[in-house]
Amino acid sequence: MSQKITINNKVLIVEDGLTILQAARANNIYIPTLCEDPRLEPYGGCRLCIVWVEGMPRPATSCTTPVTDGMVVKTHTEYIEKLRKTIIEFMLSDHPNDCMMCQKTGDCRLQDLAYKYDANYTKFVGVRRNYPIVDDNPFIHFEPNKCVLCGKCTNICQNLVKTGTIEMTKRGFYSKPDTAFSKPRTPENCQFCGQCISVCPVGALSERPSLGKGRRHEMKLVRTTCTYCGTGCNFYLNVKDEKVVKVTSDYDAVVNKGNLCIKGRFGYEFIHHPDRIKTPLIREGDGYREASWDEALTLVSTKFTELIEKYGNDSVGAFSSSRCSNEENFLIGKFARTVMGTNNVDNCARV
Amino acid sequence: MICVSVCMGTGGISAGGDKVFHNFEAELLKHDIEATVNKGCSVHQVGCRGLCAKDVLVDVIANGVKSTYEHIKPDMVMKIVEEHLIKGAPIKEWLVKEDYHNFNAKQMKVVLEDCGVVDPEDIESYIERGGYQAVKKVLTTMTPLDTVETIKRSGLRGRGGGGFPTGLKWEFAVKNHADQKYIICNADEGDPGAFMDRSVIEGNPHSVLEGMIIGAYAIGATKGYVYIRAEYPLAVERLRIAIKAAKEKGFLGKNILGRGVDLEIKVKLGAGAFVCGEETALIASIEGKRGTPKSRPPFPAQKGLFGKPTVINNVETLANVPQIIKRGADWFASIGTEKSKGTKVFAITGKIKNSGLIEVPMGISLKEIIYDIGGGMEDELAFKAVQTGGPSGGCIPASMIDLKVDYESLAAAGSIMGSGGLVVMNEGDCMVNIAKFFLEFTQLESCGKCTPCRIGTKRLFEILTRITEGKGRKGDIEFLIDVCNDVKATSLCGLGMTAPNPILSTIKYFRREYEAHINEKRCPAKVCNALLTFTIDKEACTGCTMCAKTCPASAIEGDKKKPHTIISDKCIKCGSCFDVCKFKAVNKE
Repeated sequence: MSQKITINNKVLIVEDGLTILQAARANNIYIPTLCEDPRLEPYGGCRLCIVWVEGMPRPATSCTTPVTDGMVVKTHTEYIEKLRKTIIEFMLSDHPNDCMMCQKTGDCRLQDLAYKYDANYTKFVGVRRNYPIVDDNPFIHFEPNKCVLCGKCTNICQNLVKTGTIEMTKRGFYSKPDTAFSKPRTPENCQFCGQCISVCPVGALSERPSLGKGRRHEMKLVRTTCTYCGTGCNFYLNVKDEKVVKVTSDYDAVVNKGNLCIKGRFGYEFIHHPDRIKTPLIREGDGYREASWDEALTLVSTKFTELIEKYGNDSVGAFSSSRCSNEENFLIGKFARTVMGTNNVDNCARV
Repeated sequence: MICVSVCMGTGGISAGGDKVFHNFEAELLKHDIEATVNKGCSVHQVGCRGLCAKDVLVDVIANGVKSTYEHIKPDMVMKIVEEHLIKGAPIKEWLVKEDYHNFNAKQMKVVLEDCGVVDPEDIESYIERGGYQAVKKVLTTMTPLDTVETIKRSGLRGRGGGGFPTGLKWEFAVKNHADQKYIICNADEGDPGAFMDRSVIEGNPHSVLEGMIIGAYAIGATKGYVYIRAEYPLAVERLRIAIKAAKEKGFLGKNILGRGVDLEIKVKLGAGAFVCGEETALIASIEGKRGTPKSRPPFPAQKGLFGKPTVINNVETLANVPQIIKRGADWFASIGTEKSKGTKVFAITGKIKNSGLIEVPMGISLKEIIYDIGGGMEDELAFKAVQTGGPSGGCIPASMIDLKVDYESLAAAGSIMGSGGLVVMNEGDCMVNIAKFFLEFTQLESCGKCTPCRIGTKRLFEILTRITEGKGRKGDIEFLIDVCNDVKATSLCGLGMTAPNPILSTIKYFRREYEAHINEKRCPAKVCNALLTFTIDKEACTGCTMCAKTCPASAIEGDKKKPHTIISDKCIKCGSCFDVCKFKAVNKE
């Protein structure tokens, strides 16, 4: 069944079960949000997505309100825009506003909204949170005073990754996403997948290894597929001066929808590592020597042929990597059976 | 037959009720041999009877005549036993005076009918008074739909603050089919100065359980929770005793009264967060999650506790239910006004003579509550305003004292019914300071989930603090109103939506006080210390040196037994000298 609704005087036919926000997005109508993520349950915390729905006594959050047939919605009335501006100004009154120094500048949702709404960051003056920066692990850098409490980091950790490393702690003005008892992140309590960083709309959470290595506008984004396992996650390599300095999510990726694990997000160090093996190595005596691919492959094929002739087809086998794609694994199986004539095929991903 | 009832509500116990109770037991035991008159004499504890200002209250029934004593201390018990119980002569000067009777005259007790009468720890005492008759009636003669219909017809509305029709709430839950439904009793009473629900549970816990059983039967719930704050240890203990006793008697558990109806009730302790009184936050808390509210829809009646249809009713609402079933919907609907039926329990506190717990019919005027029941102001200062609905409510000025107390009238006056806190204020209360007090509470109790409540209430509190410190600026009033309205419009739950009410209502009715603070740097009620100047009256000062010893800034000079003076440059205006002076020699202007 579909519903007929009106948004900003435009009649739309939308799918049943959508929220106003989803219906608006599907029709290219922009509504600002901070706490919304398509992968997570609607949160309704930031209050920026409020819209005016005819017949309702007060503004409704579009991220949590389901569409109903005949609904009439206005997304940008003067009143709604004024309320949004107040909310942004509330946030700025408890924010360091040190955009000049912030890693997130140019890629910050709050900065964009403050600009868009011409927000006055001195309209409200009062105490600010004064939490120390958390820099207790090699991957996740946390500046609590920049946090806008959108709840996405805790939400994704609790409900999508299901690790439960961080949860909202404390109350009211001093609420803070934190680990249990504020203990440092260690492999015991955290996977270091960095999913929390990927959803942070501001500069509160950032990738520790990428700090100070460049901001959004300096990066060339290269979309690629992760080489670590056969899942085939896509992401963007952030390249500055011909060096990979960061990995960011690709939310449109069919396979992983922006989700990544610790290897995908942080395991790019090998790319520029001096110890990285870039050519085949052939064992000689106690050590190895560099060789060309032609030489190496010729050597392997010669040795295999000798073994098969001497001891039969089943004296050899193929063992492939879980870092290969399905297609590559299929090929090695095919190669073993048809070319080498053996059923000895295995893969390391069968533990 | 002699019967002694000692008030053992929280007020009674803190006034020494348990010692009085034990002394009576000991004295009666001691005299048992020589005085035949008190054979068969029983002494028992009862819950709160309302007039906490006169605790410990003791009822003595001898020869069929009931006498009520007030302000009884443990050492007075011996004399009562000897004079009254043995010699048969009540001690007149200790008996309650006229104001005690006035306190009760205008009240109408439905929920509190048996509070102060039944022993809350003895189920038999409740059954004797007709307890659990309503459950029997419902289970044997009424269908669940009949039950819902009866409550709908009675016009009962939620007593927790919102005032949503209870019958309708139940009907929604009936319509949502599910393999499991829940009923929750909301006993997370969080308003400062409120003790209605606490007193009902402490005084008559079975009435609440009976209401829950009826509600569970009506909606088809087989599991129930009482969400109660851990700060109410006596209520929790009595509730647990009541649940155990009701189970043993077959009113709870499997196959209730042999009618094939099951209900298991668990007690869940809350950690005292104000926001957990909000339905969705309460559900999250029972589920073991952080107590934060969620947007509705879905409503709890659709997807509530553990995703199942759930009805959440307040303590007082549930305690009304057995009475409605027993006496009929028409009887209940005959009490009160057109849209607000029945009675309402209020905890009346502040600058009033008779502070305590009262129950009045809806539609009664504030004047009747404050002067006839409350006995008027506690001292010579004139009545100024009354705050209803706790931190979510508003201040109603003296000029509106004839206002009727019902959901609509209070809302029209810019306040709310709320759960039933009534704080009476006199000319000695500064309304800016009162608004600041409530905002200090709400900004602390904000859960932090939504931006306008988390930061907005904090900023509002800061602006008010600034004004009371004499740093108010021109335009502050308009700024406050504007920010208040934005916070109200954008907050997620009732806490943020109503938190600005104390500011808006005090500005509406006491704008001049705000103006005096901001423009003239003056606090008309002489409360905001920063705006006052402290001086010592040379005539009245005896030179006792108390003020000089107390002053944290060493701003008071003077020799012993000679008048002291305050050095205004050093004075930090903390008000300590004013508080400690026994001769009223410190003036503040």
